[in-house]
Amino acid sequence: MLNYTFDWSIITSGKYFDWLVAGLITTLKLSTISIVMAFLLGLLIAVMRMSNSKPIRWFAHAYLEFFRNTPLLVQIFFWYFGSYKILPTAVNDWLVSTNFEFAAAAIALTIYTSAFIAEDIRSGVLSIPKEQMEAARSAGFSYLRSMQYIILPQAVRITIPPLVNQFLNVAKNSSLAMTIGVMEMTYQARQVESYTFKGFEAFTAATVVYLLLSILITALVNAYNEKVLNIHKAA
Amino acid sequence: MDQFFNISVITDNFTYFMIGRFPHGPLGGVGLTLYLAVVSCILSFFGGMFLGLLSISRFAIVRYPTLGFINLVRGMPLLMVIFWMYFLMPALFGKIAENNTVIMALTLFTSAYMSRIVVAGIEGIPKGQTEAAISTGLTSWQLMLYIVLPQGLRNMIPSFVNQFVSLIKDTSLAFIVGVSELTHVATQINNRTMAFPTEIFIFIAVIYFILCYAFTSLSRWLEQRLTWVKAI
Repeated sequence: MLNYTFDWSIITSGKYFDWLVAGLITTLKLSTISIVMAFLLGLLIAVMRMSNSKPIRWFAHAYLEFFRNTPLLVQIFFWYFGSYKILPTAVNDWLVSTNFEFAAAAIALTIYTSAFIAEDIRSGVLSIPKEQMEAARSAGFSYLRSMQYIILPQAVRITIPPLVNQFLNVAKNSSLAMTIGVMEMTYQARQVESYTFKGFEAFTAATVVYLLLSILITALVNAYNEKVLNIHKAA
Repeated sequence: MDQFFNISVITDNFTYFMIGRFPHGPLGGVGLTLYLAVVSCILSFFGGMFLGLLSISRFAIVRYPTLGFINLVRGMPLLMVIFWMYFLMPALFGKIAENNTVIMALTLFTSAYMSRIVVAGIEGIPKGQTEAAISTGLTSWQLMLYIVLPQGLRNMIPSFVNQFVSLIKDTSLAFIVGVSELTHVATQINNRTMAFPTEIFIFIAVIYFILCYAFTSLSRWLEQRLTWVKAI
């Protein structure tokens, strides 16, 4: 059936092993930077989404709908190929002087993920009883201060599991960065395949890495749910 | 205005964006995107049902391998699944058209996610229904087929529509193996015209948005309507 000789040694040591490790490091770096920025941006959008001012609410809503309903790949291409026309010259110069592929991928991942995170945060906030906000307001906190000191600290605690899952999504989504030449995990697997014709070994290695990452993160989320939130999943 | 946003690159290539070289050549553009999404959606409906039912089987020997497989696929990026199909399928079955490779990859990937929807839908049926069915003497197959699935499926509809929206977005990855769907067509036009990437990518983003937003709204409407029907 399969006329193919397996040679696992090429991915367990030597040059190709180093490539794959470098890919993993890039994937982790890209996902970590993106998730941190996406969290901050998502928090901002979530607060805007719940604002009392109609135009601000509308803007946040449009932002969410637009970025959640367009493919990430198209967004990556837009930031990589097409953003120079809408960005100020200073920003363009700075982007080109850094690693532009990496920066474009990070921007696209940040914006795409922030839309999902904003919704996660919003449902976390909505799960906080309304009385909390009313009590804070009558105690004299402004809207933003009640958010900052009363609502968000409680909401973020509930939102941590979906946020950690978003990190997993970002790690998986960051594979699309290979299309613009960011040398992350999938790119390196493809590269090893091109150099050695050992596609099965290379893709197995990448798959195992992604899988380990997702097992690890799922275990973390489950532990957090049990230990901190006291949610026990039925076995 | 023309320098900032050159509309002619869109209008000149509009037919190509929409249907590729069809009818004089293969279907492409938005037409192919929808074709891939619809075919994969129908196939993964059955795939998801199959995996979902197997994953709650009474027999551990069926249940655990299925759950393992579902989690394996869900742990992988879609791009990885596409590469696996792209390299594995020809090695096993000889040459396969790229379109079909992508459909297989999308189906496999989406089936794994749909199976979770199916399980959630089945578990959402009150236990009394199952007990009543068993006490009237139905076998477990009849129970599934006549009692649980007809009710469960209705509750799953909004989630299925959401999954279809994800599929429309996911078809953009077919670009990577050279299938000429909308994103691929856009990069082609971008490479040919050179000077208007901003216009082209904003344009296709808007097209994707219109497609996806229409179905997202449909799913929300269905969700409200179904809760309303249930409340009666």
